[in-house]
Amino acid sequence: MKRLMASLLLIAWWQAAAAQEPAPVAPGTLEPPGMVTAVDAPNDEGQAVNVSWERSPQDAGDATAFKGYRIDRAPDRAGPWTEAGFVIGGKTQFQDTGVRAGQTYFYRVAAVAPDDRAAEAGPVGPAVPRAQWFNTSRVNVLVFTGLLSFLIIWYIERAKRGEPLYIRKIQGLDAIDDAVGRATEMGKPILYSFGLGEIRDIVTVASLAILRQVAVRCAEHGTELLVPNWDPIVMAAAQETVQQAYAEPGRPDLYKEGNISFLTTDQFGYAAGVDGMIVRQKPGAIFFLGYFYAEALIMSETGHSVGAIQIAGTTAITQLPFFIASCDYTLIGEEMLAASCYIKRDPQLLGSLKGEDLFKAALILGFAAMAVMGTASVILDNGGSPGLLRVFRAIGEWFATV
Amino acid sequence: MKKEIPLLITFLTGVIIVVTFFIPHQPFGGMQQRLLIWYSIVLGFTLLLGVDNLLRGNIRRMARRQAGWGYAAVLMAGFVICFVAGVVSLARHNSLIALNGPFMYVYTYMIVPLQATMFALLAFFIASAAYRAFRARTLEATLLLITAAIVMLGRVPVGAELWDKLPQIQDWIMEVPQMAAKRGIFIGIALGTIAMSLRVILGLERTYLS
Repeated sequence: MKRLMASLLLIAWWQAAAAQEPAPVAPGTLEPPGMVTAVDAPNDEGQAVNVSWERSPQDAGDATAFKGYRIDRAPDRAGPWTEAGFVIGGKTQFQDTGVRAGQTYFYRVAAVAPDDRAAEAGPVGPAVPRAQWFNTSRVNVLVFTGLLSFLIIWYIERAKRGEPLYIRKIQGLDAIDDAVGRATEMGKPILYSFGLGEIRDIVTVASLAILRQVAVRCAEHGTELLVPNWDPIVMAAAQETVQQAYAEPGRPDLYKEGNISFLTTDQFGYAAGVDGMIVRQKPGAIFFLGYFYAEALIMSETGHSVGAIQIAGTTAITQLPFFIASCDYTLIGEEMLAASCYIKRDPQLLGSLKGEDLFKAALILGFAAMAVMGTASVILDNGGSPGLLRVFRAIGEWFATV
Repeated sequence: MKKEIPLLITFLTGVIIVVTFFIPHQPFGGMQQRLLIWYSIVLGFTLLLGVDNLLRGNIRRMARRQAGWGYAAVLMAGFVICFVAGVVSLARHNSLIALNGPFMYVYTYMIVPLQATMFALLAFFIASAAYRAFRARTLEATLLLITAAIVMLGRVPVGAELWDKLPQIQDWIMEVPQMAAKRGIFIGIALGTIAMSLRVILGLERTYLS
């Protein structure tokens, strides 16, 4: 009986293996790819066509036995054909971006052997690239941005009606006055750096709000403010900001344009320049608020070596640990972006922060719910009920599409 | 009007950028790229503004023999050398980056080693910052020290030699608690950016206008 069972299993295994193996092909034979399709690429300006196919039987992952696929394009089924692109073996898709919106194109795909023999499939078409009026893959972004905007505007309206709004303390921003006061008592200047942020970086715009606050305090105390810059546009914006801030407490005479200077657009040249200023002028307080790369630790450790009180803040996640290690206070990510609202205490601005916080709370609940749902769906799937897992995957895919 | 016109320009530009993100059809499609080109053109002109600021400040420092005027002289000498080398390269080789031109000589044998020297300083600064951060004076600092030791040892072959589970523990630390914290900060930054952008577009945030 055991011997019979073993024989049956052996036969079943052999048949299954035989069914999976490709049909024997004579050496040197090259077969074309199957099922070639060419369709307009979705969600674009009408500048691309997606061509796809099924792998040729000879495309078995061996680069020495199979070279790849050549994609040809023509304005008419009869030609003339031009090569639109070439992809290596194993690929089954190609996006042709050399097309113009509204024109008709035909495609054929050729399997190419290492000796450049080709077996063509097609032509297929016509494919007409067209521009779309809405990028459907970004519906999720639209929904969430719309929801967040609604919450922010709703809270701004509530704040306008005089509703009290609680915002937690941000120590780094509270410490600004202390830092300026300490530098003033020591009779030392204050140094402020935006790092390598450009004016189009939102964190640089947020940093300008903090610079204004620092400059107002400097003007009140008569403390010198140095702002070395990497970007000339940021320099111009910083000059305007500081000039206006000095006028606020009635001390425009203290404003020195030369103190808000341009150094260089070279990353380590900028770091060397700032380090030089720190070592020579020994500022009492240093602010590193903006976008930073590898120069962050070089500058903040130099600042630490001269005993300056240092307040840092950035949205560059890779540099946050360095700032935390070397500075007295660090504004982490969103705290930096909330600075202008926190400093001004304007109800409308605080309202926008509350809206953001509520959305964040909703997201945390959503993540927790998805974690529970994912775990439960896998358990139920193992028990023979795949319905919940399908729903979970569908939600995940909807979020992942951009 | 001094503030209203810039606010209107900001509002319109912000709305156009948001719309182009969702509408690929012309005239919106490609608008973002066009605006970036405009930005590059403006940046080119403001670079002249920056150079003017740099030269004026340093010439003044030298002329008045202010403290550290020697550094200003070195900077001016460097500027003149680079400028002359650039002009000669263009005149002789029709290219600023011709390999046998004087500008590339200055770049290869002066600027690149100086950049590398500054970057190399990072190794020493990491050591000094790590020494302060890892001093086990509080519970948090002790946890940080233990975690850092596991991650550093788990990433080098000697870690696996000491204990074969170290690389796996290191992977778990990096992929679970570290990634969770990082994503939390990322989400906060993304929401903060949207909220800040909305404040700028709606004209609530006006600091950039001074």
